[in-house]
Amino acid sequence: MSDVVILGAGMHPWGKWGRPFVEYGVAAARAALRDAGLEWTDVRFVVGADTIRNGYPGFVAGATFAQAMGWNGARIASCYAACASGAQALDIARTRILAGLCDVALVVGADSTPKGFFAPVGGDRPDDPDWLRFRLLGATNPAYFALYARRRMALYGDTAEDFAAVKVKNALAGSANENARYRKTVTAAQVLASPLVADPLRLMDICATSDGGAALVLASAEFARRHGASRPVRLAAVSTVTPSFPSTVLELPDFATDSTAAVPPPERPFRAAIAHAAYEEAALGPDDLSFAEVYDLSTALELDWVEDLGLCARGEAAKLLRAGDTALGGRIPVNPSGGLASFGEAVPAQAIAQVCELTWQLRGVAGARQVEGARIGLAINQGLFGHGSSIIATS
Amino acid sequence: MTAPVINGWFTVDGGTAHLLGTRCADCRTVYFPPRTGFCRNPYCDGEDLAETRLPRRGTVWSYTNSCYPPPAPFVTADPYVPVTLAAVELAGTGIVVLGQVKDLTVDDLRVGMELELTTGPLADGPLVWMWGAPGATAERQNGESS
Repeated sequence: MSDVVILGAGMHPWGKWGRPFVEYGVAAARAALRDAGLEWTDVRFVVGADTIRNGYPGFVAGATFAQAMGWNGARIASCYAACASGAQALDIARTRILAGLCDVALVVGADSTPKGFFAPVGGDRPDDPDWLRFRLLGATNPAYFALYARRRMALYGDTAEDFAAVKVKNALAGSANENARYRKTVTAAQVLASPLVADPLRLMDICATSDGGAALVLASAEFARRHGASRPVRLAAVSTVTPSFPSTVLELPDFATDSTAAVPPPERPFRAAIAHAAYEEAALGPDDLSFAEVYDLSTALELDWVEDLGLCARGEAAKLLRAGDTALGGRIPVNPSGGLASFGEAVPAQAIAQVCELTWQLRGVAGARQVEGARIGLAINQGLFGHGSSIIATS
Repeated sequence: MTAPVINGWFTVDGGTAHLLGTRCADCRTVYFPPRTGFCRNPYCDGEDLAETRLPRRGTVWSYTNSCYPPPAPFVTADPYVPVTLAAVELAGTGIVVLGQVKDLTVDDLRVGMELELTTGPLADGPLVWMWGAPGATAERQNGESS
């Protein structure tokens, strides 16, 4: 398989800016094009990752960004895959390049978010589980994160102090990231004194909802050579697998797991399966990674991801954390960008932002948060309704 | 005599609450919420899914609460009392069902403890299934057969 490379990465800083999402997307796209040394008119394919909270323009994000940048006659796509939307958009662009249908593609995701809990999209929709879970149970996203966190405490002996230590670690990394929304370091005492939101998780254990935009310019290796890019970061794998039946972990926004009455549980639960497919495609394993960007919707969830990636045995992530292995300077830094703890979540931009971080780390230009000698990076996330993704990039 | 918040997901029979699932006649997989039309086991072509009552007891897989009022369409009581939630693994089915918890707080719950199905009212009236301490009784419901 010929290579697809990342020629450019760009972001609009995360925050709560209160402006239309298209502004963040265009700013990120322009930054990515500048980084790639290309013009918007060089782009032959543009993919937008959709946002569902910004009206019709959000559902056709590819066209919305393209129009804002000035119609250039490129082929276009818009896609939605919950938290994996950005990765899915990237996969569509990569596949088109691999198929030889274009040389250069632009991937853009941006969001503008309301304050507070993510609520379901408006209107009475008793057939939509995402509406029903609020109506019947008041089950917010943090409630699901808290179920996973409590289970870790019961099964593995994780403590609230462990969860706080994840936040302290990620806040320290994020303090060195100019695109992060939260740039202040925090102490464990501050995390533990923040109000409980969903027992055992506190406000500072849970990622905020943010505005932000991220973009990538992908190209064929052949185009990159002609363009004079020396040793561009290479996409080694993009995994977007579904769970396998029966899915035995209670996932957002479900009321129940699948039953194991007829078919035994799969070898790998969903999150581990997403990682496994990426490793398989890249012909790499957990021991090969220099660092990982994982979807820390909560502090406790980062520990689940560390195990799902196979960085340690099930139940031992807190041990890695306590030993400093997952901190910057440690054996396998996790979330050197600062993670969602420092960014908050801007759904369609977040998976793209993870790949921006992979790009900068693998180029060795991440400044104070640089992972020493980074050669192979992995990004992973999980969204609602069985969408998730993992991307492996190499220098 | 209170209406359920959703039809066909649970019933109260002689003061005893039951979750209503469906079972595939071919592969015997059980579903909750009840599914109709076709089996979701990828190895099964079954299209005959019949209603079945799920086990009424199970063990706590995990639990939490909502310290802040959840957003609409949830209707919050005034004053707001934190909603307690438990995910309960039903005996014999390998299925974990999420529900509100009745008359218990997170301080009363432990992973692995046994809970039993009951019902209780939402703040605006209709009944929903809930998990409760074994032996608690369900609220009466419209149309119950007894």
